[in-house]
Amino acid sequence: MNKTVIWLLLALLALPVHAASRVLATGGATTIEGSAGGGIVPWAVINGYGSNEEWSLQAFGSWVGVDDFTLHSTGIGLSVDNRWELSYARQQFKLDSIGGQLRQDIVGVKYRLAGQLLYTNLPQISLGLHYKRHLDFELPSLVGARSRSGVDAYVAASKVWLDAIAGRNLLLNGTIRATQANQTGLLGFGNTENQRHQLMFEGSAALLLTHHLAVGVEFKQKPNRLAFADEQHWRDLFVAWFVNPNLSVTAAYVDLGSIAGLPSQQGWYLALEGSW
Amino acid sequence: MKSLLSLLSTALLLLACSQTPQPSLYQQLGEEAGITAITDQLLYRIEHDPLIVNHFRDTDIPRFRHLLIEQLCELSGGPCVYSGATMEESHTGLNLNTRDFDRLVNHLISAMQQQGIPYGTQNQLLALLAPMYPEVIGR
Repeated sequence: MNKTVIWLLLALLALPVHAASRVLATGGATTIEGSAGGGIVPWAVINGYGSNEEWSLQAFGSWVGVDDFTLHSTGIGLSVDNRWELSYARQQFKLDSIGGQLRQDIVGVKYRLAGQLLYTNLPQISLGLHYKRHLDFELPSLVGARSRSGVDAYVAASKVWLDAIAGRNLLLNGTIRATQANQTGLLGFGNTENQRHQLMFEGSAALLLTHHLAVGVEFKQKPNRLAFADEQHWRDLFVAWFVNPNLSVTAAYVDLGSIAGLPSQQGWYLALEGSW
Repeated sequence: MKSLLSLLSTALLLLACSQTPQPSLYQQLGEEAGITAITDQLLYRIEHDPLIVNHFRDTDIPRFRHLLIEQLCELSGGPCVYSGATMEESHTGLNLNTRDFDRLVNHLISAMQQQGIPYGTQNQLLALLAPMYPEVIGR
C-alpha cells in the first residue's frame, strides 16, 4: 500500500504542471459518495479543473438534515489528466429519532471513456465503480441485509449545451447504476434471498445562470428490496455557487422519501468543496 | 416538491421571456471596435501564458490578429468575409492539445469579461466556437 502511494506521488510529480485549465463549474460538485456530480448523482465529469497533463486534489464535506436522520459525508479525491478520478468518502448516518449511527466507507474510481463536456457533440461518457464497506453492520443485518460490503458500477453521460436557454448553458446528465445497496449502502447490501445487482436510473439537469452560479434538479431511482420497510426514490433541488476554481458551496432541498419505516424524510443539504 | 419544480420552470420561462428583440451577436460584441478589443485582450493573455505562448512562436502575429478579428466578425454575423485558411489548415503545426484549448477558452472568457460583454452574449460566441474543437486539436 505504502509503495503504491509513493509511486502515485512520483507519477504526479512527473506530470509537467499542476494548474487548473478547465472552465469554471465543469468539475461539478461532489456527491455524498465522493464522486464529482451533483449532490446525489455521479456525473461523467472528472472532479476539479485539471485538463490533460494536469492533476488536482479535492476535499469535501457535506451535511444533510432531514426529519429523522442526519448524514455527514467527508472525503478526498484525486483527479489526473481529466481522465481518472479516485475518491474516498466516509459517511456517518445518525438515526436522530431511533438512536445510534451507521457508518460506511466508499472508495470510488471513475474513468472518462469519451467526449468533452463542452466541446464535442458526443456527450462526455464515464465509467465508475464504488466499493462500499459498512462499519456498523449489526443493525442492517438485523433488518435483513445480506452483506456488509458491495460494489456499485455506473455509466454516466453528461453534456453542456452552450447558449441553450436565454443565453444560459444547460447541463444534462444521465447515469445508469448497477447496485446491490439498500439506502445507498447505509442499510447494507442485498436481502435475505440474494445480493444480485439491480439497474437504476439517475438524472440531473442544471442551468448555469452566471459563470459562478448554477441551479438544478436531481432524481435518483432506488431499489426496494428489504422487507422490513419501503425504500423510495430520492430527489433534490440545488443551487451551486462556484466561488472560484478552489471553492464551491452547494445547498439543496432534498426529499429522501421513506427511510427505515419513517415516512417523508425531507430537509436540507449543504456541501463545501475545495480543489487544488 | 412539485410546487418547487413548477416554481423553477416558471422562473426559467420568465428568464426566457425577459429577453426583448435582440440585436445581432456582432452588435452585442460591440461591432468592429468591440471585436478588435476582445481580440487584443485575448492576444495579450496568450502572450502572457507560458503554457501556450510557445505554440505561437512561429506565428505571424499581426496576420493572425487580422484573421481572428475577421473570423469573429463573420461568425457573429458582421459584415466581414473570413479570408484565412480552414480551421484544420490554420492550426496544422500548432500542435494544440485539449489543455491548450481549455486555456484559450478561459482567456477568451476573461477577455470578454474585461470588455463587459454580458454572460449570455459570451455564451452565444462560445457556442459558435466550441464545435471547432475537433478541427483545432492535435494538428
